[in-house]
Amino acid sequence: MSARISTRELVISPIFANNPVAMQVLGVCSALAVSNSMQTALVMTLAVTFVLVCSNFFISLIRQFIPNSVRIIAQMTVIASLVIVVDMVLQDLAPDLSKQLSVFVSLIITNCIVMGRAEAFAMKEPPLLSVMDAIGNAAGYGFILLSVAFVRELLGAGSLFGHEIIQTVANGGWYLPNEMFKLPPSAFFLIGAIIWVVNIARRKRK
Amino acid sequence: MEHYINLFIQATFIDNMALSFFLGMCTFLAVSKKVSTAFGLGVAVIVVMLLAVPVNQLIYTWVLKPGALGWAGLPNLDLSYLQLITFIGVIAALVQILEMVLDKYVPVLYQTLGIFLPLLTVNCAIFAGVIFMSNRDYDLGESVVFGTAAGAGWALAIVLLAGIRERLKFNNIPEGLQGIGITFISTGLMALGFMAFAGITL
Repeated sequence: MSARISTRELVISPIFANNPVAMQVLGVCSALAVSNSMQTALVMTLAVTFVLVCSNFFISLIRQFIPNSVRIIAQMTVIASLVIVVDMVLQDLAPDLSKQLSVFVSLIITNCIVMGRAEAFAMKEPPLLSVMDAIGNAAGYGFILLSVAFVRELLGAGSLFGHEIIQTVANGGWYLPNEMFKLPPSAFFLIGAIIWVVNIARRKRK
Repeated sequence: MEHYINLFIQATFIDNMALSFFLGMCTFLAVSKKVSTAFGLGVAVIVVMLLAVPVNQLIYTWVLKPGALGWAGLPNLDLSYLQLITFIGVIAALVQILEMVLDKYVPVLYQTLGIFLPLLTVNCAIFAGVIFMSNRDYDLGESVVFGTAAGAGWALAIVLLAGIRERLKFNNIPEGLQGIGITFISTGLMALGFMAFAGITL
Protein backbone atom coordinates (compact mmCIF):
# COMPACT_ATOMS: atom_id res chain seq x y z
CA MET A 1 0.00 0.00 0.00
CA SER A 2 1.51 3.33 -1.02
CA ALA A 3 1.64 6.22 1.41
CA ARG A 4 -0.82 8.25 -0.60
CA ILE A 5 -3.58 5.66 -0.52
CA SER A 6 -3.13 5.08 3.18
CA THR A 7 -3.44 8.82 3.85
CA ARG A 8 -6.64 8.94 1.84
CA GLU A 9 -7.92 5.90 3.63
CA LEU A 10 -7.17 7.58 6.95
CA VAL A 11 -9.42 10.50 6.12
CA ILE A 12 -12.24 8.62 4.40
CA SER A 13 -12.70 5.47 6.45
CA PRO A 14 -13.73 7.16 9.76
CA ILE A 15 -16.54 9.05 8.03
CA PHE A 16 -18.70 6.04 7.18
CA ALA A 17 -17.26 2.57 7.62
CA ASN A 18 -15.40 3.26 10.83
CA ASN A 19 -17.42 6.16 12.15
CA PRO A 20 -16.28 6.99 15.68
CA VAL A 21 -19.76 7.79 17.01
CA ALA A 22 -21.91 5.20 15.30
CA MET A 23 -19.52 2.28 14.91
CA GLN A 24 -17.08 2.62 17.79
CA VAL A 25 -19.48 4.37 20.20
CA LEU A 26 -17.03 7.09 21.12
CA GLY A 27 -17.90 10.68 21.99
CA VAL A 28 -21.59 9.96 22.21
CA CYS A 29 -22.37 12.21 25.19
CA SER A 30 -21.85 15.49 23.40
CA ALA A 31 -23.30 14.14 20.16
CA LEU A 32 -26.59 13.63 21.95
CA ALA A 33 -26.68 16.72 24.05
CA VAL A 34 -25.82 19.47 21.57
CA SER A 35 -27.57 18.11 18.50
CA ASN A 36 -30.92 19.86 18.98
CA SER A 37 -30.02 22.72 16.64
CA MET A 38 -27.74 23.09 13.63
CA GLN A 39 -25.92 26.07 15.07
CA THR A 40 -24.78 24.41 18.30
CA ALA A 41 -23.93 21.24 16.40
CA LEU A 42 -21.76 23.16 13.94
CA VAL A 43 -19.91 25.09 16.65
CA MET A 44 -19.36 21.89 18.60
CA THR A 45 -18.01 20.16 15.49
CA LEU A 46 -15.58 23.01 14.87
CA ALA A 47 -14.44 22.98 18.49
CA VAL A 48 -13.89 19.22 18.46
CA THR A 49 -12.09 19.40 15.12
CA PHE A 50 -9.71 22.04 16.43
CA VAL A 51 -8.98 20.16 19.66
CA LEU A 52 -8.63 16.81 17.91
CA VAL A 53 -6.29 18.04 15.18
CA CYS A 54 -4.07 20.01 17.57
CA SER A 55 -3.98 17.34 20.26
CA ASN A 56 -3.12 14.60 17.77
CA PHE A 57 -0.40 16.80 16.29
CA PHE A 58 1.21 17.79 19.58
CA ILE A 59 0.92 14.40 21.22
CA SER A 60 2.42 12.79 18.18
CA LEU A 61 5.28 15.31 18.26
CA ILE A 62 6.18 14.50 21.85
CA ARG A 63 5.27 10.81 21.72
CA GLN A 64 8.86 9.65 22.15
CA PHE A 65 9.32 11.68 25.33
CA ILE A 66 6.22 10.53 27.19
CA PRO A 67 6.96 7.72 29.64
CA ASN A 68 4.41 4.95 29.31
CA SER A 69 3.28 5.03 32.94
CA VAL A 70 2.15 8.67 32.95
CA ARG A 71 0.94 8.86 29.37
CA ILE A 72 -2.73 9.32 30.26
CA ILE A 73 -1.99 12.33 32.44
CA ALA A 74 0.37 13.77 29.83
CA GLN A 75 -2.28 13.43 27.11
CA MET A 76 -4.89 14.91 29.43
CA THR A 77 -2.74 17.95 30.07
CA VAL A 78 -2.31 18.64 26.36
CA ILE A 79 -6.01 18.16 25.66
CA ALA A 80 -7.16 20.16 28.69
CA SER A 81 -4.97 23.14 27.73
CA LEU A 82 -6.42 23.13 24.21
CA VAL A 83 -9.97 22.94 25.54
CA ILE A 84 -9.35 25.87 27.89
CA VAL A 85 -8.24 27.90 24.85
CA VAL A 86 -11.38 26.93 22.90
CA ASP A 87 -13.61 27.66 25.88
CA MET A 88 -12.14 31.12 26.40
CA VAL A 89 -12.27 32.05 22.72
CA LEU A 90 -15.87 30.96 22.55
CA GLN A 91 -16.83 32.89 25.66
CA ASP A 92 -15.34 36.00 24.16
CA LEU A 93 -16.65 35.69 20.59
CA ALA A 94 -20.07 34.18 21.19
CA PRO A 95 -21.15 34.45 24.83
CA ASP A 96 -24.74 33.35 24.11
CA LEU A 97 -23.67 30.28 22.24
CA SER A 98 -21.16 29.40 24.90
CA LYS A 99 -23.98 29.50 27.46
CA GLN A 100 -26.11 27.19 25.33
CA LEU A 101 -23.30 24.68 25.02
CA SER A 102 -22.71 25.06 28.78
CA VAL A 103 -20.56 22.27 30.16
CA PHE A 104 -20.25 20.45 26.88
CA VAL A 105 -17.33 22.51 25.64
CA SER A 106 -15.38 21.68 28.79
CA LEU A 107 -16.45 18.09 28.36
CA ILE A 108 -14.42 17.85 25.14
CA ILE A 109 -11.58 17.02 27.55
CA THR A 110 -13.21 13.72 28.35
CA ASN A 111 -14.55 13.18 24.84
CA CYS A 112 -13.50 9.64 24.14
CA ILE A 113 -12.76 10.42 20.48
CA VAL A 114 -9.98 12.82 21.44
CA MET A 115 -8.51 10.50 24.06
CA GLY A 116 -9.08 7.44 21.91
CA ARG A 117 -7.30 8.87 18.87
CA ALA A 118 -4.43 10.15 21.00
CA GLU A 119 -4.02 6.77 22.63
CA ALA A 120 -4.61 4.57 19.58
CA PHE A 121 -3.04 6.63 16.84
CA ALA A 122 -1.00 9.69 17.79
CA MET A 123 1.12 7.78 20.31
CA LYS A 124 2.38 5.52 17.52
CA GLU A 125 2.40 7.51 14.29
CA PRO A 126 4.26 10.58 12.98
CA PRO A 127 2.61 14.03 13.25
CA LEU A 128 1.44 14.42 9.65
CA LEU A 129 -0.42 11.11 9.56
CA SER A 130 -1.91 11.86 12.97
CA VAL A 131 -3.30 15.14 11.68
CA MET A 132 -4.89 13.30 8.74
CA ASP A 133 -6.37 10.75 11.10
CA ALA A 134 -7.72 13.55 13.29
CA ILE A 135 -9.34 15.29 10.33
CA GLY A 136 -11.02 12.06 9.27
CA ASN A 137 -12.36 11.32 12.72
CA ALA A 138 -13.53 14.86 13.30
CA ALA A 139 -15.37 14.69 9.98
CA GLY A 140 -17.02 11.44 11.04
CA TYR A 141 -18.10 13.03 14.30
CA GLY A 142 -19.37 16.13 12.51
CA PHE A 143 -21.25 14.02 9.98
CA ILE A 144 -23.29 12.27 12.68
CA LEU A 145 -23.75 15.43 14.73
CA LEU A 146 -24.94 17.53 11.80
CA SER A 147 -27.24 14.91 10.34
CA VAL A 148 -28.89 14.29 13.71
CA ALA A 149 -29.17 18.04 14.29
CA PHE A 150 -30.64 18.52 10.81
CA VAL A 151 -33.52 16.13 11.51
CA ARG A 152 -34.03 17.34 15.05
CA GLU A 153 -34.17 21.03 14.24
CA LEU A 154 -36.24 20.56 11.07
CA LEU A 155 -38.87 18.34 12.68
CA GLY A 156 -38.67 19.79 16.19
CA ALA A 157 -38.85 23.48 15.34
CA GLY A 158 -39.44 23.62 11.58
CA SER A 159 -36.24 25.60 11.05
CA LEU A 160 -32.59 25.24 10.08
CA PHE A 161 -29.86 27.46 11.60
CA GLY A 162 -32.74 29.39 13.18
CA HIS A 163 -34.29 30.27 9.77
CA GLU A 164 -37.80 29.05 9.27
CA ILE A 165 -38.03 26.31 6.62
CA ILE A 166 -41.46 24.86 7.30
CA GLN A 167 -43.97 27.41 8.54
CA THR A 168 -45.24 26.24 11.93
CA VAL A 169 -48.80 26.48 13.23
CA ALA A 170 -47.71 29.07 15.76
CA ASN A 171 -46.64 31.36 12.89
CA GLY A 172 -49.76 30.78 10.82
CA GLY A 173 -48.49 27.82 8.78
CA TRP A 174 -49.59 24.20 8.69
CA TYR A 175 -46.76 22.32 10.42
CA LEU A 176 -47.26 21.30 14.03
CA PRO A 177 -43.72 20.79 15.38
CA ASN A 178 -43.05 17.43 16.95
CA GLU A 179 -41.87 18.40 20.42
CA MET A 180 -40.22 15.04 20.96
CA PHE A 181 -37.41 15.96 18.58
CA LYS A 182 -36.42 18.79 20.88
CA LEU A 183 -35.98 16.33 23.72
CA PRO A 184 -32.74 14.38 24.08
CA PRO A 185 -34.14 10.82 23.75
CA SER A 186 -34.93 11.46 20.08
CA ALA A 187 -31.18 11.67 19.42
CA PHE A 188 -30.85 8.05 20.56
CA PHE A 189 -33.51 6.93 18.12
CA LEU A 190 -31.93 8.89 15.27
CA ILE A 191 -28.43 7.52 15.92
CA GLY A 192 -29.93 4.04 16.17
CA ALA A 193 -31.57 4.59 12.79
CA ILE A 194 -28.32 5.89 11.26
CA ILE A 195 -26.49 2.79 12.47
CA TRP A 196 -29.19 0.65 10.91
CA VAL A 197 -28.89 2.39 7.55
CA VAL A 198 -25.07 2.25 7.56
CA ASN A 199 -25.16 -1.46 8.43
CA ILE A 200 -27.57 -2.22 5.61
CA ALA A 201 -25.49 -0.22 3.14
CA ARG A 202 -22.33 -2.05 4.18
CA ARG A 203 -23.94 -5.44 3.80
CA LYS A 204 -25.22 -4.60 0.31
CA ARG A 205 -21.75 -3.61 -0.83
CA LYS A 206 -20.26 -6.95 0.25
CA MET B 1 -31.24 17.23 56.60
CA GLU B 2 -34.26 17.55 54.32
CA HIS B 3 -32.19 19.68 51.99
CA TYR B 4 -29.67 16.87 51.59
CA ILE B 5 -32.37 14.27 50.95
CA ASN B 6 -33.89 16.51 48.28
CA LEU B 7 -30.50 16.99 46.69
CA PHE B 8 -29.94 13.25 46.70
CA ILE B 9 -33.24 12.47 44.99
CA GLN B 10 -32.76 15.31 42.53
CA ALA B 11 -29.30 14.10 41.50
CA THR B 12 -30.19 10.40 41.37
CA PHE B 13 -33.50 10.44 39.55
CA ILE B 14 -34.50 13.80 38.12
CA ASP B 15 -31.07 14.90 36.91
CA ASN B 16 -29.86 11.38 36.23
CA MET B 17 -26.33 11.71 34.84
CA ALA B 18 -26.73 9.03 32.21
CA LEU B 19 -30.33 9.37 31.12
CA SER B 20 -31.06 13.09 31.50
CA PHE B 21 -27.67 14.60 30.71
CA PHE B 22 -26.26 11.74 28.61
CA LEU B 23 -22.95 11.77 30.38
CA GLY B 24 -20.57 8.86 30.55
CA MET B 25 -22.27 7.38 27.50
CA CYS B 26 -19.19 5.75 25.99
CA THR B 27 -18.63 3.45 28.93
CA PHE B 28 -22.39 3.28 29.48
CA LEU B 29 -22.98 1.69 26.09
CA ALA B 30 -19.75 -0.29 25.91
CA VAL B 31 -19.76 -2.00 29.31
CA SER B 32 -23.45 -2.83 29.69
CA LYS B 33 -23.50 -6.30 28.20
CA LYS B 34 -23.66 -8.16 31.52
CA VAL B 35 -25.37 -7.18 34.77
CA SER B 36 -22.45 -8.30 36.93
CA THR B 37 -19.80 -6.22 35.14
CA ALA B 38 -22.19 -3.28 34.92
CA PHE B 39 -22.69 -3.49 38.66
CA GLY B 40 -18.93 -3.52 39.29
CA LEU B 41 -18.43 -0.48 37.11
CA GLY B 42 -21.36 1.26 38.81
CA VAL B 43 -19.78 0.76 42.24
CA ALA B 44 -16.46 2.08 40.94
CA VAL B 45 -18.16 5.21 39.61
CA ILE B 46 -19.92 5.82 42.93
CA VAL B 47 -16.64 5.50 44.85
CA VAL B 48 -14.68 7.79 42.51
CA MET B 49 -17.43 10.43 42.45
CA LEU B 50 -17.79 10.29 46.21
CA LEU B 51 -14.08 11.12 46.45
CA ALA B 52 -13.58 13.37 43.43
CA VAL B 53 -16.41 15.86 43.96
CA PRO B 54 -15.59 16.82 47.58
CA VAL B 55 -11.82 16.87 46.98
CA ASN B 56 -12.23 19.17 44.00
CA GLN B 57 -14.71 21.24 46.00
CA LEU B 58 -12.01 21.84 48.64
CA ILE B 59 -9.43 22.76 46.01
CA TYR B 60 -11.90 25.03 44.25
CA THR B 61 -12.90 26.90 47.44
CA TRP B 62 -9.41 27.27 48.88
CA VAL B 63 -7.26 27.73 45.78
CA LEU B 64 -9.05 28.39 42.52
CA LYS B 65 -12.12 30.52 43.25
CA PRO B 66 -11.71 34.28 42.64
CA GLY B 67 -10.18 35.64 45.84
CA ALA B 68 -9.82 32.17 47.34
CA LEU B 69 -6.14 32.63 48.08
CA GLY B 70 -6.98 35.35 50.61
CA TRP B 71 -5.67 33.10 53.38
CA ALA B 72 -2.25 33.12 51.73
CA GLY B 73 -2.20 36.89 51.46
CA LEU B 74 -3.18 37.05 47.78
CA PRO B 75 -6.81 38.22 47.84
CA ASN B 76 -6.78 39.60 44.29
CA LEU B 77 -5.71 36.43 42.56
CA ASP B 78 -8.24 34.70 40.29
CA LEU B 79 -7.11 31.26 39.24
CA SER B 80 -10.48 30.03 38.03
CA TYR B 81 -9.21 29.70 34.46
CA LEU B 82 -7.17 26.76 35.70
CA GLN B 83 -10.36 24.93 36.72
CA LEU B 84 -10.58 22.39 33.92
CA ILE B 85 -6.97 21.33 33.94
CA THR B 86 -6.88 21.07 37.74
CA PHE B 87 -10.08 19.08 37.98
CA ILE B 88 -9.06 16.54 35.39
CA GLY B 89 -5.61 16.24 36.97
CA VAL B 90 -7.13 15.61 40.38
CA ILE B 91 -9.51 13.01 38.97
CA ALA B 92 -6.70 11.23 37.14
CA ALA B 93 -4.54 11.25 40.26
CA LEU B 94 -7.40 10.03 42.47
CA VAL B 95 -8.14 7.15 40.14
CA GLN B 96 -4.46 6.21 40.11
CA ILE B 97 -4.22 6.35 43.92
CA LEU B 98 -7.45 4.40 44.36
CA GLU B 99 -6.08 1.76 42.03
CA MET B 100 -2.89 1.40 44.05
CA VAL B 101 -4.66 1.38 47.42
CA LEU B 102 -7.15 -1.24 46.30
CA ASP B 103 -4.39 -3.36 44.81
CA LYS B 104 -2.52 -3.31 48.11
CA TYR B 105 -5.32 -3.67 50.67
CA VAL B 106 -8.42 -5.09 48.96
CA PRO B 107 -7.10 -7.27 46.13
CA VAL B 108 -10.48 -9.00 45.66
CA LEU B 109 -12.23 -5.74 44.85
CA TYR B 110 -9.27 -4.70 42.71
CA GLN B 111 -9.65 -7.86 40.64
CA THR B 112 -13.34 -7.18 40.05
CA LEU B 113 -12.93 -3.50 39.21
CA GLY B 114 -9.44 -3.81 37.74
CA ILE B 115 -10.03 -3.09 34.09
CA PHE B 116 -12.62 -0.36 34.68
CA LEU B 117 -10.64 1.81 37.04
CA PRO B 118 -8.29 3.45 34.49
CA LEU B 119 -11.28 4.03 32.23
CA LEU B 120 -12.94 6.16 34.87
CA THR B 121 -10.52 9.03 34.27
CA VAL B 122 -12.16 9.66 30.93
CA ASN B 123 -15.69 9.02 32.12
CA CYS B 124 -17.43 12.30 31.45
CA ALA B 125 -20.03 11.65 34.17
CA ILE B 126 -17.36 12.12 36.83
CA PHE B 127 -15.80 15.15 35.20
CA ALA B 128 -19.21 16.72 34.63
CA GLY B 129 -20.16 16.06 38.25
CA VAL B 130 -17.14 18.09 39.32
CA ILE B 131 -17.96 20.91 36.90
CA PHE B 132 -21.58 21.00 38.05
CA MET B 133 -20.30 21.28 41.62
CA SER B 134 -18.24 24.37 40.77
CA ASN B 135 -21.00 25.92 38.60
CA ARG B 136 -23.64 25.45 41.28
CA ASP B 137 -21.37 26.46 44.16
CA TYR B 138 -22.04 23.46 46.39
CA ASP B 139 -20.51 23.51 49.86
CA LEU B 140 -18.58 20.53 51.23
CA GLY B 141 -21.61 18.70 52.68
CA GLU B 142 -23.64 19.21 49.55
CA SER B 143 -20.83 18.02 47.32
CA VAL B 144 -20.47 14.77 49.28
CA VAL B 145 -24.20 14.12 48.87
CA PHE B 146 -24.22 15.25 45.24
CA GLY B 147 -21.22 13.09 44.31
CA THR B 148 -22.70 9.97 45.87
CA ALA B 149 -26.16 10.58 44.43
CA ALA B 150 -24.98 11.32 40.91
CA GLY B 151 -22.79 8.22 40.99
CA ALA B 152 -25.68 6.14 42.33
CA GLY B 153 -27.98 7.41 39.57
CA TRP B 154 -25.43 6.50 36.92
CA ALA B 155 -24.90 3.05 38.46
CA LEU B 156 -28.66 2.48 38.58
CA ALA B 157 -29.02 3.38 34.92
CA ILE B 158 -26.19 1.12 33.71
CA VAL B 159 -27.44 -1.87 35.73
CA LEU B 160 -30.94 -1.38 34.32
CA LEU B 161 -29.63 -1.16 30.76
CA ALA B 162 -27.50 -4.27 31.26
CA GLY B 163 -30.61 -6.10 32.47
CA ILE B 164 -32.48 -5.08 29.33
CA ARG B 165 -29.58 -6.09 27.10
CA GLU B 166 -29.34 -9.54 28.67
CA ARG B 167 -33.00 -10.07 27.76
CA LEU B 168 -32.53 -8.66 24.26
CA LYS B 169 -30.32 -11.61 23.38
CA PHE B 170 -33.37 -13.85 23.17
CA ASN B 171 -35.30 -11.56 20.87
CA ASN B 172 -35.54 -11.53 17.13
CA ILE B 173 -33.97 -8.19 16.20
CA PRO B 174 -33.63 -7.02 12.56
CA GLU B 175 -30.15 -7.85 11.34
CA GLY B 176 -28.78 -4.36 10.84
CA LEU B 177 -29.96 -3.22 14.25
CA GLN B 178 -28.31 -5.99 16.24
CA GLY B 179 -25.68 -5.01 18.76
CA ILE B 180 -25.14 -1.32 19.20
CA GLY B 181 -28.11 -0.11 17.13
CA ILE B 182 -30.77 -1.65 19.33
CA THR B 183 -28.83 -0.56 22.42
CA PHE B 184 -29.16 3.07 21.34
CA ILE B 185 -32.87 2.67 20.80
CA SER B 186 -33.49 0.94 24.13
CA THR B 187 -31.47 3.62 25.91
CA GLY B 188 -33.67 6.21 24.20
CA LEU B 189 -36.77 4.44 25.51
CA MET B 190 -35.27 4.31 29.00
CA ALA B 191 -34.52 8.01 28.81
CA LEU B 192 -38.13 8.69 27.83
CA GLY B 193 -39.19 6.68 30.87
CA PHE B 194 -36.87 8.60 33.16
CA MET B 195 -38.29 11.87 31.92
CA ALA B 196 -41.34 11.02 33.99
CA PHE B 197 -39.25 11.92 37.04
CA ALA B 198 -38.94 15.47 35.75
CA GLY B 199 -42.52 15.98 36.94
CA ILE B 200 -41.47 15.62 40.56
CA THR B 201 -41.15 18.92 42.39
CA LEU B 202 -39.15 18.97 45.58
